Amino acid sequence: MAHDGPVSAGLHDCRNAWVETLEALAAEDERIVAVVNDSTGSSKLGGFQKKFPDRLINVGIAEQLMVGVGAGLANGGRIPFVSAASCFLTGRSLEQVKADVAYANFNVKLVGQSSGVAYGELGATHHSIEDFAWLRPLTNITVIAPADAWETAEAVKWAAAHEGPVYLRLSRMPVPNLDVPGRVFTAGKAELVRSGSDVTVIACGTTVHLAAEAADKLADKGLSVRVLNMATINPLDEAAVLAAARETGAIVTVEEASVRGGLGGAVAELTAGECPVPVERLGFPGFVPTGSTEWLFEEFGLSVPGISAAVRKVLDRVKR
Amino acid sequence: MTPKPETVELIREKALWMRRTAFGMVHKAQLGHPGGDFSAIDILATLYFGVMRYDSARPQWEDRDRFVMSKGHATGALYTALCAAGYFPESWLQTYMQPRSMLNGHPNRNYLPGVETNTGPLGHGFPVATGIAIAGQLTGAEYRTFVLTGDGEQQEGSNWEAAMTASFRKLENLTLIIDRNRLQQGQSTEVTSGMDPMDDKYRAFGFEVAMVDGHDVGALLEVLSASPKGRGKPLCVIANTVKGKGVSFMENQAKWHHAVPDDALYAQAMKELV
Repeated sequence: MAHDGPVSAGLHDCRNAWVETLEALAAEDERIVAVVNDSTGSSKLGGFQKKFPDRLINVGIAEQLMVGVGAGLANGGRIPFVSAASCFLTGRSLEQVKADVAYANFNVKLVGQSSGVAYGELGATHHSIEDFAWLRPLTNITVIAPADAWETAEAVKWAAAHEGPVYLRLSRMPVPNLDVPGRVFTAGKAELVRSGSDVTVIACGTTVHLAAEAADKLADKGLSVRVLNMATINPLDEAAVLAAARETGAIVTVEEASVRGGLGGAVAELTAGECPVPVERLGFPGFVPTGSTEWLFEEFGLSVPGISAAVRKVLDRVKR
Repeated sequence: MTPKPETVELIREKALWMRRTAFGMVHKAQLGHPGGDFSAIDILATLYFGVMRYDSARPQWEDRDRFVMSKGHATGALYTALCAAGYFPESWLQTYMQPRSMLNGHPNRNYLPGVETNTGPLGHGFPVATGIAIAGQLTGAEYRTFVLTGDGEQQEGSNWEAAMTASFRKLENLTLIIDRNRLQQGQSTEVTSGMDPMDDKYRAFGFEVAMVDGHDVGALLEVLSASPKGRGKPLCVIANTVKGKGVSFMENQAKWHHAVPDDALYAQAMKELV
């Protein structure tokens, strides 16, 4: 089927990469099924449903059941992709995610749609900025927030092939593909987006391209900024973080999530114990006001100027 | 179909061994949920020794019938059933609740063969069993899925989410069994958040409903062994049971939800369980 094309020149809605990849995989592997909570449209699974009507399992508006059914389908030898707005998928059914998927260690793929502040105007009930903090302690779950359409497709392929629970955190926010040559997706490994030696910006998901752009701007002013795409939040690529701490001496984390317990929290936990360096965490401080996604990004510094200011701030802390 | 007398006798023997062994585990560990173990044991014994198709040497056999123990706290019942079914040696039962034991207070499929899913928090088993049944329906598999919940457990809303989908999808391969002992951990279900009439509730949700004496092995065999083919709807078996069944001082006593015996009470129970 025809999916939406690029949203504007060079920008992509990563949900298209998600469904195109899933449909291609499902055509090859009949074990792949999708489970939704009346979220077929928002998950862009209409095409999947047309091609594989029996394999789109809509349980209705029932998130606890949705995740439990995912675990049961895995017990029955299926490979379920459980796809729903991430605020409900992780919040409403957190105990099912913990007990039925992570602790039971079933081969379930949770796909959080419209994560972060994609539903900015709808308010904090519909923001999903706590999901990293909720899922990080569930050690069996691999948590991946792809940075762009290419990485989304790679992450979906990896998740389908991987035996074990996965949480894919997708956005509906249009983003450009990263300009990194020769890319290879490896779950659990940071991707070097920009080399640098003065400071490291570690970002994930929708903020990685902003970090790269900030690094380019700062390079014009003589700063050498390393940028890591930390698509996998759990397990964290500890070696890459510690190398950044040792080699650049200062870290800025950037995520479309709460600054408590997410990527920034993970980096701070690790560096505090192993290689203490100043860490500035960019993200949301807690419940945030209503506003468009774009406004919220600007307001909370998830922007090229915001990241640049955080870099300067963390470097000031190094000097003190 | 009238059950064979020898099958009924075998199940009774297994159930007696399960009760004696489970109570010994609880006595040794000084932990457990013996009241709910004893209300459920005849149901588990009937499933494992008269109804289900499985091969304990191949716990992951694709076409095995599945049993999901949603009332996961009743591990005395589940572990003795799995042991008697040959999933692991009897010596493992001696480690019940000990540090690093594979026999947790609640079952873990990654530790123990035969455990279909991890349970403990209530209201999880029925949704997972619904997913297992959907997988079987999708692939045309022959297996049946059985899930046992407590009656108090039915207060969890997730059960009713599962009930709607199980009925809507006509999961005739799915059987919900409710251990209707009428006691939750503190008091009667009917003075907590009344469950009656449960049969009407499940009929209204589109289930075929059977009410049986949950300690009458013949009656359990008859309703659970009947072929589901052509039923066109899931089955709900409301098994009327007695919490602590078989031991005089435990029967119908809410405190035996998680009380444990001292040496004298253990000895008395062993005299009664013959």
